[in-house]
Amino acid sequence: MTQVFFYLISAIVIAGALGVVLVRNVVYAALLLIMSLMGVAGIYILLSVEFLALVQILVYGGAVTVLVLFALMLTRTGELKEKLDGEQKPLAAVAALALLGAFLAMIRQTAWPRDLNQLTVVPFTDIGDALFSRWAVPFEIASGVLLVALIGAVVIAMQEEGER
Amino acid sequence: METVSSSIPLENFIVLSSMLFSIGVYGVLARRNAVLILMSVELMLNAVSINMVAFAVYTAPSLFVGIIFAIFVITIAAAEVGLALAIVLRVFKNRGTANVDEIDTLKW
Repeated sequence: MTQVFFYLISAIVIAGALGVVLVRNVVYAALLLIMSLMGVAGIYILLSVEFLALVQILVYGGAVTVLVLFALMLTRTGELKEKLDGEQKPLAAVAALALLGAFLAMIRQTAWPRDLNQLTVVPFTDIGDALFSRWAVPFEIASGVLLVALIGAVVIAMQEEGER
Repeated sequence: METVSSSIPLENFIVLSSMLFSIGVYGVLARRNAVLILMSVELMLNAVSINMVAFAVYTAPSLFVGIIFAIFVITIAAAEVGLALAIVLRVFKNRGTANVDEIDTLKW
């Protein structure tokens, strides 16, 4: 049963990701990105890390995709039939397939330890404890990074005087 | 922390994550709209997160390193996407295009 769900969610993730890179309409690409990222949240649930699944839905399903959709709306040029892919498309496909081949060969050749179907269920509270004790300094630095990046984004995107 | 046996081997998650990463690489290389390139970068970041969380719960759960790292990846990705989209907007205002191959002032 879990395996069925795994293959179903994987298909959603991969199909959404392929849609993001192949589809010819930018808004469809953004909506397919939401589908793919929500699939990743499902993968986190299968890995028994529900906290990350919730964060994934909140941050990617809410914040990031809204930002992306706004950026798409504000950078429309009016040309409806604009080319979305560059001329290097075949080379890009070759490079990505070569990378995938290298990854798969590496996964095949690695001698994994035998007890790799034992999965540890990590409770919510333990993640919270670790985040605020052992990893408290990186956590605070990350919040600083977020604040600086958002203020920077506001300053960069702000209209200067004399601009329309 | 309890350990349960899973019917999905670790390799499946790694294969999924490498496929997602390769798709993201293709998107970054093939697309010319800056916003679409950023969306492909998000795919790559998510692939890396899946990889690290899978290794964390299957092999090294003691310090939650993989899970904590995935949380930081999500945080930094949010900061990155906000900043990058602001830059794209600024470039669009100045040059009238969001296509990376038309922004070639530094090319000679």
